Amino acid sequence: MSSAHHVVPLRIYFTIFFLLIVLTGFTVFISKFDFGVMNLPVALSIAIVKATLIMLFFMHVKYSSRLTQLFVLSGFFFMGILFFFTFCDYLTRAWN
Amino acid sequence: MSAHAHNPAVLHHFADAEQQKESATLGMWLFLATEVLLFAGLFLVYTLFRWKVPYVWVKESYLLGITLGGINTAVLICSSLTMALGVHAAQEGKKKALIGWLLATMLLGATFLGVKAIEYHEHWEHHKVPGLNFTYTVPYDNAHPYKVPEQQVFHFLYFCMTGIHGLHMVAGLSILTVIAIMAYRDKFSTTYYTPVEMAGLYWHFVDIVWVFLFPLLYLTGNHYTGGH
Amino acid sequence: MTPENALPKEHYLNHGYGWKSWLLTTDHKRIAWLYLVSITLMFFLGGFAAFLIRLQLLTPQGEILRNDTYNKMFTMHGVVMIFFFLIPSIPATLGNFLVPLMVGAKDLAFPKINLISWYIFIIGALYVLWIILSGGLETGWTFYTPYSTSYSTSNVTAATLGVFVLGFSSILTGLNFIVTIHKMRAPGMTWFRMPLLLWALYATSLIQILATPVLAITMVLVAVERFAGVGIFDPALGGDPILYQHMFWFYSHPAVYIMILPGMGVISEVISCFARKRVFGYKFVAVSSLMIAVFGFLVWGHHMYVSGMSPYAGMTFSLISYLVAVPSAVKTFNWTATLYKGSVSYDTPMLYVLGFLGLFMVGGLTGLFLASMGLDQHLHDTYFVIAHFHFIMVGGAVMAYFAGIHFWWPKMTGRMYPEAWGRLSAMILFIGFILTFFPQFILGYMGMPRRYSVYVPEFQTLNVLSTAGSTILAVGYVMPLVYMLWSLKYGEIAPANPWRAKGLEWEATGPIPAWDNFPVTPTVTEDAYNYPQRPVAEIERERAAGRAEGRMPELASGD
Ligand SMILES: [Cu+2]
Repeated sequence: MSSAHHVVPLRIYFTIFFLLIVLTGFTVFISKFDFGVMNLPVALSIAIVKATLIMLFFMHVKYSSRLTQLFVLSGFFFMGILFFFTFCDYLTRAWN
Repeated sequence: MSAHAHNPAVLHHFADAEQQKESATLGMWLFLATEVLLFAGLFLVYTLFRWKVPYVWVKESYLLGITLGGINTAVLICSSLTMALGVHAAQEGKKKALIGWLLATMLLGATFLGVKAIEYHEHWEHHKVPGLNFTYTVPYDNAHPYKVPEQQVFHFLYFCMTGIHGLHMVAGLSILTVIAIMAYRDKFSTTYYTPVEMAGLYWHFVDIVWVFLFPLLYLTGNHYTGGH
Repeated sequence: MTPENALPKEHYLNHGYGWKSWLLTTDHKRIAWLYLVSITLMFFLGGFAAFLIRLQLLTPQGEILRNDTYNKMFTMHGVVMIFFFLIPSIPATLGNFLVPLMVGAKDLAFPKINLISWYIFIIGALYVLWIILSGGLETGWTFYTPYSTSYSTSNVTAATLGVFVLGFSSILTGLNFIVTIHKMRAPGMTWFRMPLLLWALYATSLIQILATPVLAITMVLVAVERFAGVGIFDPALGGDPILYQHMFWFYSHPAVYIMILPGMGVISEVISCFARKRVFGYKFVAVSSLMIAVFGFLVWGHHMYVSGMSPYAGMTFSLISYLVAVPSAVKTFNWTATLYKGSVSYDTPMLYVLGFLGLFMVGGLTGLFLASMGLDQHLHDTYFVIAHFHFIMVGGAVMAYFAGIHFWWPKMTGRMYPEAWGRLSAMILFIGFILTFFPQFILGYMGMPRRYSVYVPEFQTLNVLSTAGSTILAVGYVMPLVYMLWSLKYGEIAPANPWRAKGLEWEATGPIPAWDNFPVTPTVTEDAYNYPQRPVAEIERERAAGRAEGRMPELASGD
């Protein structure tokens, strides 16, 4: 009855694996170039895409209940709070 | 009460297998949320110092090189695939395939730790172990001719992050060992394989952490061309 | 006079007797007792340290303790009371006992993990205690850097690792509660039929899960930094001490809600029972717990106004700190509205609740003083902060804990505590508390800094008052310990529902719960606190008649 018993076709697992390897190559390739302050955002974006793929398919979040999805997000949401307010402080220090 | 007789895998305080499985899944995800926040602290320190002293981060990251880290990334992604295939085999009730995939995952995990050990040994030889064996690169560069204490901070964070990640790998290997033994003893069936799934979630999570560690630690200095 | 019913032949307390039946138990009710015994010991240990501090402050020059011993005492007081008593207090004792009973389940979702969490707690606590007692720790409970990382010669490394371990006990308890509340509710127990204590514990658990790991990793960093001599937090080595404060308070501000939210849940339970009314604005009180939990994550910077943080960030934190007072005020107003036109009876738990309401209000409002950036320049690190914090934590959380322990004692033990002694101790506690901590507001406002073992002679009068109050407070705490222990053996046998309270924990389990709680899984068909609406005068008349016949007070108010 529940989506928790969902059996993911093997094809999807191999596709995701292939994408992960390609993205790893891509992030190594792109790191050869210097985008200045954009280096971190670029690297992080690719890492976030990879992590999302792993969570959605390998960890079956795509097929999980709303509740599970909510708690998956909550961890990252509160991590965001930690970062946001800490940098609220540091990025506005140059006030004098 | 009668449900107990049907399925010995359902503990007495649960109403049915469905409730037990959903509880375990939710519990595991809550635990992983905790882990996210645990690593969040490290990532915060990392980001803050990178923002403060970007030139140190680039140069010290360059010293790490990307070969071994790159190999390990590939190894971990492979292990995530084998783990996913293991869960798949458990869902279909294929005992031999399950044990095979579990062993493959463990082998890849051990490979990762082996490569990591080689790396740590190299850092020791290069005097890049903060607190125990650390030599500053002096003069640093033209813009910052003196030794910069944040150099140590980078390597310190490198050891904290990869070290804690490594401990998670060791824990993951122990869990997989238990799961493999349980599989060998026919503890699982097509209706009950929750422990395999939970171990899988944990393993993938540890992989995700590395997905972030690799670019942040190793690739940050990959564009550096200045030499020492 | 004595209720006719005797205790049932078999219940959870006599289910087994050997030490194994306790130390290896997975029964949530017994684990609650393991915690209760452990944290009671911790409470008196922390209280002993506090008493020495007060004795030292009796005279301006402080003749009792050496300066470094004084530092070790207030550190021990803080660490023991916060990490070993307040954080686990209501969740781990009353929460462990009540959550499965209230949702109508046989146990928590993960009974073994529940037991493991107690072992983690007791091992971590004993380890830190041993460290504190053997070498001492003098950083204060906040472990502020760079003092803790580079200068303190006490056992900081070991203590931080102990706190790291302890954190996981708290995380596992929270995890267990969230899963139980989500997945194990009895049929018909919808979210908005849940007792408010469950809402409060759910919100608490969210904080435990999401905030504790950040403290854990911060403690690890402090320990490793000490070990390696590398400066993440020490500015002399290129580090950033304010970063430490951000990470520490990311946990430690929400942690004050870990301590007070469960207390608020207990207040809701007790107040509706003793006012014979549904809690006014149930949904608002329920949701305000979640609001507090979430907003509590956004205000940590109000501890850092004078640390060198950006004033813009300070303003943001200040504004949100004011906002977080709103859900707390919603609760306080709704409790007051619950009392309005209720038929209030003044039994021991209710006396504690009334004490809570007054003290929590003072504590909460003085919190707003401290949340304003300008005023905090003057009040930061003074006794004003100490008084504010103790009004919330002792006047609020501990009062609520005592209210809850008295309220559910008959269900936990099958026996009544002596009511007259209960009322007396509640009143002594209230008086002792005011006398101890109110002078500290004035002292702080006049500028007496916290954490000093000596002070200028002008402050002596108020300090003597405070110390005198603390002896009364001590009497107020020892009394319940004595009569509660006494009642275990000699207390009157309690009826199944002495307060005629609503809630699954009272209705379906008999005078004292059996090993697996419910013989048949209950079905919930009504809202929480569905007390029959009757004229107040009628209830009062019956109560008076009951008293005249010498029945237990609340039994008289037959609904
Ligand atoms: Cu605060």
